[in-house]
Amino acid sequence: MASPKHGPARRIIHPVHAVLLASSLPLFLGALLSDWAYSSTYQTQWLNFASWLIAGALIFVGAALLWAAIDFFRADLARDRAGALSILVLLTTFVLAFINALVHAKDAWATMPAGLILSVVVFVLALVATWLGFSTLRAGATR
Amino acid sequence: MILTRLATIATGAALLVACGSDRDIVQYGPNPDLPEQQRGLLPNMTIADPAGWGDRRPVVPAGFTIAPIATDLKIPRHTLVLPNGDILVTEGKGGGNAPVMRPKDLFVGYFLGKGTSPVKGGDRITLLRDANGDGVYEQRAIFAENLNAPYGIALVGNRLYVANQDALIRFDYRPGQIRASGPPVTVTPLPAAINHHWTKSLAASPDGRSLYVGIGSNSNIGERGMAVEEGRALILQVDAETGASRPFATGLRNPTALAIQPGIGQLWAVVNERDELGPNLVPDYLTSVRQGAFYGWPYSYWGANPDRRVRPFKEDMVKRAVRPDYALGSHRAPLGLSFSAPAMGDRFANGAFIGMHGSWNREVQVGYKVVFVPFRGGRAAGVPVDFVTGFQADGKTFGRPVGVTVDPRGALIVADDLSNTVWRVTPVRPPAPARGRQS
Repeated sequence: MASPKHGPARRIIHPVHAVLLASSLPLFLGALLSDWAYSSTYQTQWLNFASWLIAGALIFVGAALLWAAIDFFRADLARDRAGALSILVLLTTFVLAFINALVHAKDAWATMPAGLILSVVVFVLALVATWLGFSTLRAGATR
Repeated sequence: MILTRLATIATGAALLVACGSDRDIVQYGPNPDLPEQQRGLLPNMTIADPAGWGDRRPVVPAGFTIAPIATDLKIPRHTLVLPNGDILVTEGKGGGNAPVMRPKDLFVGYFLGKGTSPVKGGDRITLLRDANGDGVYEQRAIFAENLNAPYGIALVGNRLYVANQDALIRFDYRPGQIRASGPPVTVTPLPAAINHHWTKSLAASPDGRSLYVGIGSNSNIGERGMAVEEGRALILQVDAETGASRPFATGLRNPTALAIQPGIGQLWAVVNERDELGPNLVPDYLTSVRQGAFYGWPYSYWGANPDRRVRPFKEDMVKRAVRPDYALGSHRAPLGLSFSAPAMGDRFANGAFIGMHGSWNREVQVGYKVVFVPFRGGRAAGVPVDFVTGFQADGKTFGRPVGVTVDPRGALIVADDLSNTVWRVTPVRPPAPARGRQS
């Protein structure tokens, strides 16, 4: 419950939120590696893998984004700059990953090099978003 | 006459407005404009919105009339006019077994399905007969059934050849027969794995010793890998006696109709070209088919214009690619081809009719009509003339032409696989003296 002395409480990240946030990471990493495998072998099956991995990651990022947004606008929870930044990075991850999904809907080499570049950028963004998400929320646990 | 001219002007004006930036692009004939390749993040798609014909009819030129001679068919594709005037109609819907490879496939499959008839393919051949020659095909029989998505059909002497989606088969045929006398004999199996482009088009050589089978590619431009393109995107020459086959010409993405030019016996094809390079690439085409020639797919289009979406890319194949004869415009989806006959009247006597199923991956819809390509000196020449139109109005689509067949007695038979109708276009003649039909 909220402590009257310190304002609204900061909490430990909810386990389900944690799963949603972190799950996109291995999927985006898999997409990145698949893109890299396609660009070095020209085996189109790698592109199919990448397409599904991005689609799966989008679902997790979307759900994590929704969760974070609801938390952010809840009156009883703290809002700070770190939390806002975390959501902003997560939103950017989602938008770029969606664009990456559209790029991956092109045929064969038409996906490249944009697909590989986007996969790298999106993976790094997802990493940052996850880190920010965990670190900003975890702070409240020790109080 | 004045009314017709006014209508032509009005149509022309409407086309100019509708096409917007397309108006400067000329994409018919031997030297089509080929704009830069383009593909945005979202492909442009306008899927046909089907509606019933109601009281409407397709529109034909002055001096012609059109009537449905068979309705409620089960996805009619190609037709054959037999020597006694009977018409055979192949009915079926193939493919659909291609595995979903990417999330995209789910969406594309759903949207494309909306623009086609919901009727299940008949997997059969229907015979239509007009016994007294009054233009009403009063008798209808099922010539053969339990086939596998039959498409191309050709008669050689007393043998009727049918191209199923997985095999070339043969029936014995006697004049006057309304039902096949027995099950078909398989002449040769045809490539059928995946069957992304499943339609197998068919024509017989003038001497009847060879059959030409058009086999479409297994992808747009090789996105399933080139291993599944073995034996695809080519025209196969099959020995009628032994069933032995060899590629006759290659690099034809989807040769959807084949026909033999009367008189000189030259093989011609209409070919559906590749997608996702923009609304005005790549033009579908009509071409005479040269033995041993490579027509570019997937490495290049319209001769040596490279398509670098394909990897590994083969520069030497680009150099080998020959240019087709006559562009028909991009995304129009020609599916029918038939050479004309003198009985079609002076204006349409020398040339070929082409049935265009119509576009889907282009914002402004094109095709959805039957055109006539005039020939001069044995070559396609000049401007294509609209022959059957009116398949679309008020944002609705009533029909989509597939196979076209010239009846040498003076008629064009058009199969329409959206309204499941076979149409017959005939010149309006002053009543001729009574003449025996079989004479």
